[in-house]
Amino acid sequence: MREVAVVSSAIYQVEALTFTTDVQLMVPLINEARSAVGLTQADIGFTCSGSSDFLAGQGFSFVQTLDAVGAFPPISESHVEMDGAFALYEAWVKLQVGEVDTALVYSYGKSSPGSRRDVLAVQLDPYTVAPLWPDAHAVAALQARLLLESGAVSAEGLAEIAVRSQHHAVGNPNALRASAGATVAGVLSEPVVADPLRASDIAAESDGGCVVVLAAGDRARSLCERPAWIRGIDHRIDAHGLGVRDLTRSPSAALAAQMAGAGQDRLDLAELHGPTTSQEHILATELGLGADTVVNPSGGALAADTLMAAGLVRIAEAARRISSGGADRALAHATSGPCLQQNLVCVMEGE
Amino acid sequence: MTDTPVPHEVPADQVAEGPPIQLPPSISDVEPVLSVRTPIRLEYDFIPSAAAQQYLRAYASKRILGNRSPVDGAVFVPPRGVDPRNGVVADEMVDLVDTGHVGSFCITHLPIPGRKDLPVPYVSAWIHLDGADIGFLGLVAGCAAADVRIGMRVRAVWKPDAELGATAENVLHWEPTGQPDVPIDEAGNRAWALKQSAAGGGEDA
Repeated sequence: MREVAVVSSAIYQVEALTFTTDVQLMVPLINEARSAVGLTQADIGFTCSGSSDFLAGQGFSFVQTLDAVGAFPPISESHVEMDGAFALYEAWVKLQVGEVDTALVYSYGKSSPGSRRDVLAVQLDPYTVAPLWPDAHAVAALQARLLLESGAVSAEGLAEIAVRSQHHAVGNPNALRASAGATVAGVLSEPVVADPLRASDIAAESDGGCVVVLAAGDRARSLCERPAWIRGIDHRIDAHGLGVRDLTRSPSAALAAQMAGAGQDRLDLAELHGPTTSQEHILATELGLGADTVVNPSGGALAADTLMAAGLVRIAEAARRISSGGADRALAHATSGPCLQQNLVCVMEGE
Repeated sequence: MTDTPVPHEVPADQVAEGPPIQLPPSISDVEPVLSVRTPIRLEYDFIPSAAAQQYLRAYASKRILGNRSPVDGAVFVPPRGVDPRNGVVADEMVDLVDTGHVGSFCITHLPIPGRKDLPVPYVSAWIHLDGADIGFLGLVAGCAAADVRIGMRVRAVWKPDAELGATAENVLHWEPTGQPDVPIDEAGNRAWALKQSAAGGGEDA
């Protein structure tokens, strides 16, 4: 396997980008990530992005966003209608092929112009589920209810996850929900949004974007003092239909972690893309995280969940902690689809 | 290579349609479902970018704005706040005139359903405004469709002042000025290429 590392990243998340287009959001972010390692677009071998036309409300919206890259002279480029973490996977494969040494990965989501809960309903089974128009919070609540009833976790246990996220998010400029004073009792006193989920159980919705620069081998070493080397990356998928799955489990997350080699050594930290506390609990269990692994030191997706970018943000957050010397081995996770249907696990190490 | 034929190489008479679907007896006489209505409706509050808002507001008073690239001075219309070739912010606004030439055009003979105001044939064209480095789309009228040509000089025919607004519809169409044509070698995007080569061979990779 060719050595590939995250050498640079840029993150920007706010509550709503009202007067800023996707292009205007991404111009400074892309330039920030490239110039941090002294690269221009001419130095980038492959560019891959992730976004959703359902958020933009127009077809082929990602083609416009290429304006932010500077795609002239013409570039080698691809796009996924998924979180940027899956775009990063495609770029990683491209780097494995060996024809390029650098890749630019970015993704962005601006859900504030529409209703995210409703947009997410269109990803459900179009014949039997989507016609019922269940909103995303309700679908996640079905899963949370099953989890609580199974005895796998208590309401207090879920509140503890929310509290930990809010504590960790303090000081993260890209977190929307952060509080040093958050308590379990405080979370449990919140009114339910979609019973049994309360506001703090559900990720804080944000608009924003994320950019990651990948480089291979010695090119990575020349660009970055301490690259975050991708030692394993895997992407697995469970059945789409909610009724055919045990929603208290996520076999695809467990398998992706196994294939990425997550359990082969100690993990200093894990950045999990769990859009609800119940999903974060399922992930922590399926990924086999031990007590010595710090979960979501950035606050995780609960602190700020930019649709289409939250998974890539997890990779960037984990990579930054390796590059800064704060961690030696980290796991980053991204999900897509309803109730943790698709899962990507990326294991990174410092040298 | 394998011997397995790829789908488009299979002759049509050899494509199996599969066995007929056998429904369980309990529903064998039920009327088949032929369609499903999914009542999901997605609504968006779309707010134009600052550049688009400036452009539309100026357009309502018969001004056409463009953005000038900070890299090489190229002028883009309508303004989008960026130079897409270089991926940089381009927020300098430039006032453009409402005259230009036809860079390329298309004559359409099929009517658009519901557009009784647009009799066929109609001519859509890339209008290259004087001072702009790219064209933008408009209708050409005021002459026979067969007389429209690349390089033909045109000017805007605006809606009556009372009907102007912050929309893209303020120019009804572009009409010939009768001035001498722009030579075809200098018309449309060719003007851009000439300018680039005059400036020293264009962009470096």
